[in-house]
Amino acid sequence: MTVEVAKHRELGLTDSEFGLIVEKLGREPNAVELAMFSLLWSEHCAYKHSRKLLRRLPTEGERVVMGPGENAGAVDIGNGYAIAFKVESHNHPSAVEPFQGAATGVGGILRDVFALGARPIAILDSLRFGELDSVRSRHLLDGAVRGIGHYGNSIGVANVGGEIYFEAPYEHNCLVNAMCVGIAKQDDMVRAAAAGVGNAVVLMGASTGRDGIGGASVLASAELGEGDEAKRPTVQIGDPFEESKVLECCLELLEKGLLVSLQDLGAAGLTSSAAEMASAGGLGIDLDVARVPLREADMEPFEIMVSESQERMLGVVEPAKVAEVLAVCEKWQTGGAEVGAITASGQVRILRGEEVVGEMPVEALVDGCPLYDLSPAEPEGWIYGNRATLDSGSSAEETLLALLASPSVASKRWAFEQYDSVVGSRTVRRPESADAAVLQIPEAGNAIAVSIDGNGRRVACDPYAGTVEAVLECAQNLACVGAEPLGLTNCLNFGNPEKPTPAWQLDRAVSALADACNALGVPVVGGNVSLYNEGPEGPIYPTPVVGMVGELPDPAQACGSAFAREGDAIGLIGPFAPTLAGSELAKLRGELDSGLPQPEIIAVAAACATVRDAVRAGKLSSAHDISDGGIACALAECAIAGGIGCSVDLQPLRERGCSPEEALFGEGIGGFLFSGDSDVLTALGAVLIGETGGSTIELAAGDRSFTVGVGTAEGAWLSLQQRVEAVA
Amino acid sequence: MRWGVLQFPGSCDERDALHACERTGAEARLVWHEERNLEGIDAVVVPGGFSYGDYLRAGAIARFSPAMEAVAEFAAAGGPVLGICNGFQVLCEAGLLPGALLLNENLRFTCRQLDLIAVDGPETGHIDTFEARRPTLSIPAKHGEGRYYAAEDDLDALEARGQVAYRYAPGENPNGSARDIAGVRNEAGNVVGLMPHPEHAVDPLTGSTDGLRVFEAVAAAGAAA
Repeated sequence: MTVEVAKHRELGLTDSEFGLIVEKLGREPNAVELAMFSLLWSEHCAYKHSRKLLRRLPTEGERVVMGPGENAGAVDIGNGYAIAFKVESHNHPSAVEPFQGAATGVGGILRDVFALGARPIAILDSLRFGELDSVRSRHLLDGAVRGIGHYGNSIGVANVGGEIYFEAPYEHNCLVNAMCVGIAKQDDMVRAAAAGVGNAVVLMGASTGRDGIGGASVLASAELGEGDEAKRPTVQIGDPFEESKVLECCLELLEKGLLVSLQDLGAAGLTSSAAEMASAGGLGIDLDVARVPLREADMEPFEIMVSESQERMLGVVEPAKVAEVLAVCEKWQTGGAEVGAITASGQVRILRGEEVVGEMPVEALVDGCPLYDLSPAEPEGWIYGNRATLDSGSSAEETLLALLASPSVASKRWAFEQYDSVVGSRTVRRPESADAAVLQIPEAGNAIAVSIDGNGRRVACDPYAGTVEAVLECAQNLACVGAEPLGLTNCLNFGNPEKPTPAWQLDRAVSALADACNALGVPVVGGNVSLYNEGPEGPIYPTPVVGMVGELPDPAQACGSAFAREGDAIGLIGPFAPTLAGSELAKLRGELDSGLPQPEIIAVAAACATVRDAVRAGKLSSAHDISDGGIACALAECAIAGGIGCSVDLQPLRERGCSPEEALFGEGIGGFLFSGDSDVLTALGAVLIGETGGSTIELAAGDRSFTVGVGTAEGAWLSLQQRVEAVA
Repeated sequence: MRWGVLQFPGSCDERDALHACERTGAEARLVWHEERNLEGIDAVVVPGGFSYGDYLRAGAIARFSPAMEAVAEFAAAGGPVLGICNGFQVLCEAGLLPGALLLNENLRFTCRQLDLIAVDGPETGHIDTFEARRPTLSIPAKHGEGRYYAAEDDLDALEARGQVAYRYAPGENPNGSARDIAGVRNEAGNVVGLMPHPEHAVDPLTGSTDGLRVFEAVAAAGAAA
């Protein structure tokens, strides 16, 4: 069968890539083979524009149990247990159909984690939408939040944290990144690599239908644009009940030692799972599509191979154990079918009964895709728009209230109350109660802290400095609860890498990620790249989302961010030198421009260590890092959460050269706010700036001094629900 | 004392409930949904989650499971039964408790720590006897279909007969439940259901230990029956 040249372009392959496939096969691919190549050679699966850059990242460390290349990364937490985690994007599906897009994003990342043999214990999510005054953004926000809740709540995994930013460059291309954290007994963990020639390949979970065909290539590896409505059939439909059953089934199979290896079916479905399993094991695989349980009887072999139907897992099983495996599937009322075998051929062979319908070398499929160098070029100046929404003549009090009410700074309670944050009995620090979520791990006699961060606007101002800040922000959040970082996962959300500006942003961001991780000694154990995030107006803000997991010995000592007592001293620690560059205030005033001060990584790391030790020693009443909206917003958050006011003079920041406005609302990395006994704070090297008490927030910075009631501040900070639902 | 905690496909909180039972000092084991034998079990928890995916209607399929048939017999014989969230929905669907749970008034799943008033006896709003000095229990609620509903006459009758077991404290009702009802009991008092999750309030580290009172009250009702 000869394939028309136009066909491969429709599937996202270039003419030269098609030529290479013909060369590697020694003939033209048939329809099944072309479909499979187009998926595995897509950006989403092959990382063809990012793989070379990603080699810069440090991936090794003493505590690393599994690193990049597995379904998720894992770090040692002690006593024979490991914490598995990964963040992944589901941006384009969510932009087309937010509820199912976000729901299946959660489903996919859960499968990545339990594919290792880890029980998922926490979900976090990092979301980006256009400005909230846009109907489309409210629709996407509402759908994505409902979708995340629907899937995670139904399956019983606690959603413990996350972040949401609203910025115009995400108007057409929202971001939905979901992170999952799981716990595994190291002895029960399993890799994705196929092993054992003659072993059976068993497909478990849901049956295979026509949903999500071409998701990885057509949807995830191309820009969004006109006619995306027509791409709706490429979005998968999630069924958390099926996932819950297949999850329990897989964990039982692993506990009983019945699986040789396990892999989830995600992007590119059976094609990618089978080929990647064979590739990792250096073996071959035979799959018989006639044995795949189908939703629609008349599906073509290529459809079966590329379907992205959700809630499916692929296991390798010794022949003698197949019956026992299928019995466990039946117990959990989930599908189980032997669909193939591991071979020594080095080929992926697709059969329909006796007939061979496709045969390709594993190497060509998985590693044959050419890797491209980028052609980065730094743009001249600020390339994104910026509409002013706040008069620069506003008083300091008006400015604080405007910042607290700004949707990116305001409380996200409206969203996180739609998520179950307590299931699993591990959540010691829930959303908004501390800078990082804290989960107890009684199995190992300790606890973990988890945080996810990435301020795209600051990365847009300076991709290097902004990305370093994202890593340091995570580290600071962990320090506030007394945790030491163990590992990092990331999702690199960028525009079209074939264009010079996104290429430059990506290049700088990956270097920054590598430098920050090296300086902190934190390995990157897994991640995901999402490129081609562009709308008609151009690329999104470059958005590296960083997820970090840390360890703390005693969860009871984890500090909250709320002021806890009247009469506590308030101290500032860390190399904090705020400016208005890239700040929320600069955005509200329409003054955004390129450039950020370069962060002092080593000094911030040292401050994190000081904070961590002080929190672990139980010396502090509260700890909070200074981030969006500057120190004024950070103080207001502590006051609102505790229902206790404060009186603060920012003269020490003035002495560091800050203008009154920079001191109050400027942003920068490296700053921590504490409350506690003044002698304790002084001994830590903190600069004392005021004390807690009363029912007002009194702030002084040079000639700008003002007082805001805690209740007034709270009203502004809790305004998100009203803004989402009033017009929705 | 040994608790049995039912486990359906789609249950979410069964391991937490098991753990909570153990925290009361009792033994506990999971009861698979296909089991009919409750021998050796002194009290039953029908846990939270999404039994059978909660397709059709929350709790509507689980009520037909073999384990629920056994629970109905167990309850008829005076055995203590505690239904939590989805378990409460299942008990209502099974006719073991009066009323029904509808979609939350705001049409959203809501997860929130809130204060409950335990009600003991026919005098509505009366503060429970087991800890008079602490009038409210701090317990999380998390559900999308938790709005308690019964006809007005039936609500009057429930209150008069002392069948309201828990109310949301003033201003805490998260779902629009009739008369702030968070949980009810059957006429005999041995079957209790509530939407909030006492099994998530048994550990000071995770926020509260007030949930233990709910388990203890059910066990005590069983002992008294």
